[in-house]
Amino acid sequence: MQDDVILNISNLSKSFGPVKALRGIDFELRKGEIHAIAGENGAGKSTLMNVIDGILQPDSGQIILDGASVKITSPTKAQRLGIGFVHQEIALCPDVSVAENIFMAKTNVSRSWLMDYRKLEREAIDVFKQLSDIDPSVLVKSLSISNQQLVEIAKALTLDCRILILDEPTAALTEAEAQTLFAIMRRLADQGISIIYISHRMVEIFDNCDRVSVFRDGQHIVTQNVKDVGPSDVVNAMVGRVIDELYPEKQRAEARSDEAILEVRNLSDAKRFHDVSFALKRGEILGIAGLIGAGRSEIVKGICQLEGSVSGDVLLNGTPLKLKNYQDSIANGIVYLSEDRKGDGVFLDLPIAANISALKLEQVANGMGLIQSGAEMAQADALGRKLNLKCGSLSDPVSSLSGGNQQKVALAKLLSVNPRLIFLDEPTRGVDVGAKSEIHRILRDLAHDGVGIVVISSELPELIGVCDRVLVVREGRISGQVAGDAMTEENIMHLASVMDADAAVA
Amino acid sequence: MDSTANLAGEGTVSAEAAPFYKRLLRMRETGLIVIILGLFFIMSFASPYFLTWANMRAMSMAFAVDGILVVGMTILLISGGIDLSVGSVTALAMVIAGWLFLSGIDPWVASGISIALCTGIGAFMGFFVTRIGLHHFIVSLAVMVIARGACLLFTGGRPLGLYTLPPEFKFIGQGTIGPIPIVIVIFLVFVIAFDFMLRRTTMFRKVFYTGSNEKAAAYSGIRTKKVIFLTTTLCSTLCGVAGIIYMARFGSAQPTFGLGLELTIIAAAVIGGASLNGGSGSILGAILGVILLSLVSSSLALLDVSVYWQDIIRGSILLAAVTIDHYLNKRRA
Repeated sequence: MQDDVILNISNLSKSFGPVKALRGIDFELRKGEIHAIAGENGAGKSTLMNVIDGILQPDSGQIILDGASVKITSPTKAQRLGIGFVHQEIALCPDVSVAENIFMAKTNVSRSWLMDYRKLEREAIDVFKQLSDIDPSVLVKSLSISNQQLVEIAKALTLDCRILILDEPTAALTEAEAQTLFAIMRRLADQGISIIYISHRMVEIFDNCDRVSVFRDGQHIVTQNVKDVGPSDVVNAMVGRVIDELYPEKQRAEARSDEAILEVRNLSDAKRFHDVSFALKRGEILGIAGLIGAGRSEIVKGICQLEGSVSGDVLLNGTPLKLKNYQDSIANGIVYLSEDRKGDGVFLDLPIAANISALKLEQVANGMGLIQSGAEMAQADALGRKLNLKCGSLSDPVSSLSGGNQQKVALAKLLSVNPRLIFLDEPTRGVDVGAKSEIHRILRDLAHDGVGIVVISSELPELIGVCDRVLVVREGRISGQVAGDAMTEENIMHLASVMDADAAVA
Repeated sequence: MDSTANLAGEGTVSAEAAPFYKRLLRMRETGLIVIILGLFFIMSFASPYFLTWANMRAMSMAFAVDGILVVGMTILLISGGIDLSVGSVTALAMVIAGWLFLSGIDPWVASGISIALCTGIGAFMGFFVTRIGLHHFIVSLAVMVIARGACLLFTGGRPLGLYTLPPEFKFIGQGTIGPIPIVIVIFLVFVIAFDFMLRRTTMFRKVFYTGSNEKAAAYSGIRTKKVIFLTTTLCSTLCGVAGIIYMARFGSAQPTFGLGLELTIIAAAVIGGASLNGGSGSILGAILGVILLSLVSSSLALLDVSVYWQDIIRGSILLAAVTIDHYLNKRRA
């Protein structure tokens, strides 16, 4: 057993000032296995991966690679040792072709002074062909986020790595793309490559991984064979307490109402979506599913006038709305939570309180337009408590928070205007399990209080778990909707991807 | 299990900020004040002329008008922009007002027209940045050259002597209230007013949002283009104001005035904590930056250091200030 261990880490510790990020970690990775790492944000997963990739240096402990003790002093050194790391954030050169991006990493480790463009390009194309049928000569900026992710993975594969670290690679992928990725991972594992797979999604871990290690508070809690445990065991180990229910209770049948909060009729923007009609009933949570690029976000951004000009009718509580711009939309209580939290959801370097007040500053200002910092703090404090926001001080920058808490700030910002209708685009992307279930509960409470909730998500279990009804969008049109027991991944995927136009599963 | 219960309890929202003295220590302004006081202390021993009333007055006159320019620049930097044209637009304000005055127009009216024209220049740049989508750097670089060319065109390259300026107009540049020069009073009014507005008003808070993350600001319902247009315009308007004060002070309009001034102004704002990436900066800090640079210049002059050394030293101070700040920020994060 011992000899097929490729990486063995013992008693590894790392502190950042007073914060102990890793405390005496023991971890072993076997040859050819897919090893999942689970843990809430701040559990130490990223720190450990950064140590393995040479980005961070441990304070103490030992790393044994192939039986020899090594010091990984930089990412370049890690690459030479055969360790590839696909970061969650995409780091590609947008103005350069796919092929050139793929061999960028390879150029870096090669010791030659000259570029053998042809050879590199050929290799890049070989690797990329396994992953996707995209033309490697197109520019990266023309690819969708999910395809860019595949380029990142291809980049790591060109390095002939023996250990491949994937940090939440499916966060931006659709189910189908994710399945392709899993098939590729399995193939790589069969070739003897060891894969460390970081994910928040239990389904992925249980469907695709061999072993799972759970981290909590900088400590290694347990490593087990996936087939010996169940998802709830892992989740409980992650949070250190028993989460009895992953999703909040749905709307009761008798609570159903015919009163429509939102009614959309024949909405089109002539480019990315056409003839979209649907209604959102009081008290329900409506989901929107679809492949990335199907037009899900565009539809809701169109409704609140964030993007493009739309034709068609939008009725809020039965009254026709004529919104000129997003300012109008906010004034009418319709708000949008962006899918790209760091890119356009929060102001990372501004204080938490200033983030929360941003939507309607008048609420924390006096008649003369002067901001009352007491009122601003009180607003942030009230919403922070409501959302169970964990932070040091409300005057700290948002960048000091974990992903889940950053998302709560983004949500608090929307709630500050007492919205009547909230569109949430990927509300729990990059959010840890605990915060995720808190956000789900908040959404249910809001819906119960009569706020309209529309959730877009690429994560089908989330849609199924949270929503009362799910609309499916394919190629800019609503291809059907599912509710109740018909809300299954198969039905949704069918509607999202099959060219059968009138397939409606009720 | 109790460890998690603890986790949930300890970190939840606390509205309390750090103690006042700790916040004071962390503030950029505190460090600058300490450095300025230190320089003061050293200079008062190094040169017998330093602590004289005349020198103090000359020094404060030197930074006062630049201080008005740095207000506009800081606000523009916070919104994520930059303006390289401040030196030549200030000169143009002077030249236009001077030229109009020499053509027989009342100096106050001429000043008003000139400031309005500068506002127009700012709006012109704002248009190219927000509507056409060009970068501030390029647009203001072009305007810097155009405005300088216009200065030379109007004057034929020679300073306009404005010997007939009425004394009440010269008063704004040369007069005093008791012992205090009017220029200093105007400077203080601008600084206090804008510092207050920047800290407290919703209008200027939107400048921070826009500069911190333009897209997030747009997604918060802020008209970011309008914000950027206005900050760009404001910066040029303040150039107009500064140009008029300079004209009143010198009693002439110099087409070559303010060559390289934009760099001093940007340096001062950055030393004072403004970020070229937008989203941060303070008026008080930027003013302290101007004071520091001006103090260094006059100290070097008093110590008979060659003029050529002065630029080298000022450049080095900028680099040192930004480097120190970079590391302080890193440690805080």
